Amino acid sequence: MPLYIAKRLGQAVFILIGITLVTYVLLYLVPADPVRQIAGRSATAETVESIRRQLGLDLPLWQQYLRYLGNLLQGDLGRSYIQKTEVTTLILSRLPATLQLLAGAIVVELLIGLSAGIFAATRRGRASDRVVMVLSFAAVSAPQFVVGILLLYVFSVQLGWFPIGGYGTFSHLVLPAVTLGILGGGWYARMSRSSMIEVLGQDYIQTARAKGAAERRVVFVHAARNAALPVIAMIGLDIGIFMSGAVVVESVYGWPGIGQLAWQAIQRVDIPIIIGVTLVAACAIVLGNLLADLAAPFIDPRIKLR
Amino acid sequence: MHGAAMPDVLRPLLRNRAALFGIAVIVLMSLAALLAPQLAPYAPDEQFFDGLTLEGAPLPPNGHFWLGTDLLGRDLLSRLIFGARTSLIIGIAANGVAVLVGTLFGVVAGYLGGWIGAGIMRFTDLMMAFPALLLAIALAAIFSPSLWIVALVIAMVNWVQVARVVYTQTRGLVEKDFIEASRALGASPVRILARHVLPHLLPTMLVWGTLGIATTVLLEATLSFLGVGVRPPTPSWGNIIFENQTYFATAPWLVFFPGAAILLLALSFNLVGDALHDALDPTERRGP
Amino acid sequence: MHRQLLLATALALPVAATPAVAPNALEDAKQGGSMIVTYKDDVSTLDPAIGYDWQNWSMIKSLFDGLMDYAPGTTELIPDLAESYELSEDGLTYTFKLREGVKFHNGRELTADDVKWSIERTVRPETQSPGQGFFGMIAGFDEVAAGDAKELSGIEVLDPRTIRFTLSRPDATFLHVMAINFSFAVPKEEVEKYGQDFGNNPVGTGAYRMTDWTLGQHVVFERNPDYYREGLPKLDQITFEVGQEPLVALLRLQRGEVDILGDPIPPAKFLEVMDDPEWSDNVVEGGQLHTGYVTMNVKMPPFDNKLVRQAVNHAINKERIIRIVNGRAVPANQPLPPAMPGYAEDYQGYAYDPEKAKALLAEAGFGDGFDTELFAMNTDPNPRIAQAIQQDLAAIGIRAELKSLAQANVIAAGGQEDGAPMIWSGGMAWIADFPDPSNFYGPILSCGGAVPGGWNWAWYCNEELDAKAAEADAITDPAKQEERLQMWREIYLAIMEDAPWAPVFNEQRFTMKAERLGGPDTIFVDPVHIPVHYDYVYANDVQ
Repeated sequence: MPLYIAKRLGQAVFILIGITLVTYVLLYLVPADPVRQIAGRSATAETVESIRRQLGLDLPLWQQYLRYLGNLLQGDLGRSYIQKTEVTTLILSRLPATLQLLAGAIVVELLIGLSAGIFAATRRGRASDRVVMVLSFAAVSAPQFVVGILLLYVFSVQLGWFPIGGYGTFSHLVLPAVTLGILGGGWYARMSRSSMIEVLGQDYIQTARAKGAAERRVVFVHAARNAALPVIAMIGLDIGIFMSGAVVVESVYGWPGIGQLAWQAIQRVDIPIIIGVTLVAACAIVLGNLLADLAAPFIDPRIKLR
Repeated sequence: MHGAAMPDVLRPLLRNRAALFGIAVIVLMSLAALLAPQLAPYAPDEQFFDGLTLEGAPLPPNGHFWLGTDLLGRDLLSRLIFGARTSLIIGIAANGVAVLVGTLFGVVAGYLGGWIGAGIMRFTDLMMAFPALLLAIALAAIFSPSLWIVALVIAMVNWVQVARVVYTQTRGLVEKDFIEASRALGASPVRILARHVLPHLLPTMLVWGTLGIATTVLLEATLSFLGVGVRPPTPSWGNIIFENQTYFATAPWLVFFPGAAILLLALSFNLVGDALHDALDPTERRGP
Repeated sequence: MHRQLLLATALALPVAATPAVAPNALEDAKQGGSMIVTYKDDVSTLDPAIGYDWQNWSMIKSLFDGLMDYAPGTTELIPDLAESYELSEDGLTYTFKLREGVKFHNGRELTADDVKWSIERTVRPETQSPGQGFFGMIAGFDEVAAGDAKELSGIEVLDPRTIRFTLSRPDATFLHVMAINFSFAVPKEEVEKYGQDFGNNPVGTGAYRMTDWTLGQHVVFERNPDYYREGLPKLDQITFEVGQEPLVALLRLQRGEVDILGDPIPPAKFLEVMDDPEWSDNVVEGGQLHTGYVTMNVKMPPFDNKLVRQAVNHAINKERIIRIVNGRAVPANQPLPPAMPGYAEDYQGYAYDPEKAKALLAEAGFGDGFDTELFAMNTDPNPRIAQAIQQDLAAIGIRAELKSLAQANVIAAGGQEDGAPMIWSGGMAWIADFPDPSNFYGPILSCGGAVPGGWNWAWYCNEELDAKAAEADAITDPAKQEERLQMWREIYLAIMEDAPWAPVFNEQRFTMKAERLGGPDTIFVDPVHIPVHYDYVYANDVQ
C-alpha cells in the first residue's frame, strides 16, 4: 500500500507539472496580449514594451515557462499582472470560501443522495420509488446555473428565507451548497438505491429478518451502512465536477471563492492567477481521485491496487 | 460479460416508460429543430422596435408574442425553437466526436499496451485533472467562435472518460486467449480489432453516445451562459439566459423557459442512455 | 456656487492663494458617521501609480493627493497640494508653492522632494505604471523611461515647499497631468518598505487613510484627522464591501443595510426604482465624460471610402439603442461628450436616415451592400447593443457578422492593422482620463495611436489634424484658452466630416444612495472622482 501511494504521488507530481505546461501553452495561444491589459489604454508603445520587458514576457515561451516552473518549485506562484498582489495570497484568501462551499456540497449530496436512495430502495417498485428516481434524473440533468438562479429567485428574492448571495454565515452557505450538491445528490440517490437493493437481497439480511430483528434495525444498522460505503468511497471523484461547478455557482451567488477569482482573471488575461488556480484545482482533483482509488479495495475486495 | 451486442436491446428499452418519455421528447425536439423555419412565428433574429416597452423592458407573454420578448425585442418562442437546433447539433456532434476520438485512443492504447498504452493513459490522467470548465473556457478563448468551434471545444474536453473506459475494456479483451490465437494465425491488427474487439465495444459506445449528449448539452449551455459558447445572435438556450439574466427577477420566464428546455433535453438523453445501459448490461453497478 | 467660481478664476491668474476650506454648503454639516459602499469586483490595487480602473480611481483620490485637483462635482481645476503656482512666459516652466502642514498618514510631513520622487517613480520602468506616458512633456522623460536615469532633470526642488517643472515643450494638459492619480504623492520610505505590496498597504496624504483590507471581503477607510482641508472629510469611516452582486446590493440598500451602490444599477431594477416614488429620489443622474462609438477601420476596404463611413453614420438608430439600455444614455453626434470643454453645441451630425445611407452606399459602388465583421465585448449589454447595430446595418445592406469576444481579444484585434473592420467600443473605450479635449484625440484618433497594439482602432491618421492638435496643445496662455478650445472643436468637426467613427451615445451615470447620506448631488455623480467624491459625503443622521 505505501508503495502504491508513493507511486501515485510521484505520478501526481508529473501530472501537475504537465498541467502547468499545457495551461502555459494554451494561454500563449490565446490571441490577447496581457501586457496591453496591464499597460492600459493610455500607454505609449514604449511603455508597453517596457512593461513587457519588466515582466520577462519578451523572452521566448520556453524560457518564460522554465522561469515560472523554477519559481513554482520554490513555492512562488508569481504575482497578479493587474493587481501586483502575490497569487498565493490571493488564492489563500479565497480558498476557505471555496472549501466551505465544497464541504457544504458534499454534505448536501450525501444527505440527499443517501436518504433518497435508501428510502427509494425500501419502497422499491412503488410510486414513491418512481418519484425519487425521476427527481434524481432531473437533478442530474439540470443546468447548475439555472438551478442557482431559480433557487435565488424563489427562496431569497421572493420568500426572503436566505440572504441574496454573499458570504459569511451559515444561511449564506445553504443555497450555494445545495446548487452545487444537487447534481451529486442525484447520482448518489441512484447509486445508493441500487447498492441498497443489492444489500437487502443478501443472505445475512434474510437471516437477521428471520431472527425477528425489528425491520427498522435491519434496514438502518445493517443494510444502510453497507450500502453507503461505495457511495462515500466515490466522493473523491466529485472534486473534479465541483471545481468546474464552483466557477458557475460562485458567479451566480457572488461567492468569494477561487472560482470567482479564476473567472475574473480569465476576463483580464491575468495569466499567473489563471495558472495558479488551475494548479490548485488540479491538485484537489488528483488528491480526490487518489482517495477514491484508495478506498475502492475496501468496498470491493476484487479490486487490487496496482 | 456480454456477447454479441445488439439483440435484446429494443424490448426492455421500450418497456421502460421513462425511456419512452425520453425518446418522445428527443423526437419532438428534433422535429422542432428540423422544422424550425416553419414552426417559428417570427425570424429568431428580428428585433422589433415595439418588442420592448418605452423604457426598454421586455414584454411578457401576450397575444402577439406567445412567450414574450427578450431584451432586444425578439420573439422568445421563435428563439427557443431555433435554439433547439443549436443544442441538438452541438450536443450530438460534440459527443459524436468525443466518443469516436475517445474510442480510438482507448482502443489503440488498450491493444498496443506497453509504453504507448501507458503513455496515452497518463495523458488522459492529465486531462482529467483539469477542471473541465476552465479548460473549455481557455480553449474557447483561443479560437474565433462559431457553432462548430464550440462543438469541437466540448469534444476536446469530453473524450477522456470514453477513452479510459474503452481502454479498460480493450485490455480485458486483449488478454483473452482467442486474441492471442488470432495473432498467432497471422491476422492483421485491423482485422482483429474489427472482428473481435469493436463488436464488444459497441454497447459501451452506444451508451456513451447517448448519455454523453446530456453532458455536452449541459456544457454548451454553461459555456453560452458564461458568454464563451455560442454567441448571439445565433440563439442557444444557454445564451438566451446569458443575455437576459439581468431581468430574472422581473421577467423570470426569460430564464425559466430556456432552462426548462435544457433540463428536458438533458433529462431525455439521460433516461434513454440509462435504459440502454440497463438493457445492455443489467448486472453492472451503475455510477457517475 | 460662488466659492467655486473664485477658485476657478484663481487658475487664470498665476497667483492667488487658495483657502483650504471646503465649499459653503458643507460648512454646517457635522462631522461623524460612516457609510458602506458596495462593489462586485475586488479592489485591485490602491497604488496611485498603478490603479487605473473605475473602481479604485476615486478611492485612490481619497487616499492620496496631487499638486492639482478639481472642484467637487465639476471639471474645474483647482490647486490641491499646491497653494499656488506660476507659469513662465514661454509656457515651459511651472513653479509650484506647496501648502504647509501636509502630513502623510504615517505622520511625516510632505516636502517637495516627495512630489518629485513620486512622479519619477511613476516614470521609472520598474514600476510598470500604465500612466508613464502622461509625463512625456517633462524634460528628461526619455532617459528615465528608458531606464537610463533615475531622476527627471525637468523637476527641481528649490526648497522644501517649492518645486519647479521644466517642460520640453509647452503643453496645455500639464496641469491636468498634475491632477491625475499617477502624479500623486507617495512616501518613499513606505513604498520601499512594502515594495510591490504597497498597493495593498497604501499610505498617502488624503482625506482618508486605509486601515483594513480583507481580501475578497472589504476595505475600510478611516478619517484622516490631520487632513489639511479643514472640515473634511465629514465621515469617520467608509467601508467598501466587495463581492456584492449589484442586485443583492440594491436590495440591501432598500433595506437600509448599505448606503451607496458603487456599480451601475442592474437594468431590471433600474426601471422599477425609477418608477417608484419612494426610491426614485435616491437616484442621482449625471453626465460622464464618455462616448460609445463604432470604429471603422479606414485601412480595410470598403471602409477606406468616406461615403461608406458616412452611410454607416446615417444607418444607426440611436433612439432604439438608447431604449435598449433603458434610456441611460443620450445620443452622441460627435466624439466629445457634452460635459467636455470644446463640445460643439450647435453641430447637427448625421441624422438617422436609412434611405440616405443606402443612397450613399450606392454612390460608393456598393448598391448590393457588402459583408463585414463587427467586433464587440461579450459582457452585457454590449452584445445586445452590437446586435442592434448589426440589424441597423443589415437594413441598408451591410451584412456584418458579429464577433462577440472577451475584452482582451477585441483589443488585440483592434490593435492589428487588418484585425477588425468594425468595433463597437462599449465596455472598453472611451472615458476621458481628465476633462480636456486632447484626451479624446491622442490615443484613439491620432497617428500616434494608429500603430500595432494601439487604441486607434479606426487606424485613422490625418497628419494635418495631428499638426493642428499639437498647435492647440501648445497654447498654454490662460487668456487664450477659448481660442484653444475652438481649435479643438474644429479638429473634431473635421473628424466627423471624415467619419472614421459613428458616435452612438454618451452614457449617463446613475448613482443610487441611501436617504441618510447628504452632500450636493453633483458629488454623487462626480465627472472626475468617479463615481462618488467620497471626501464630501456627510451623514444626515449625525446632524
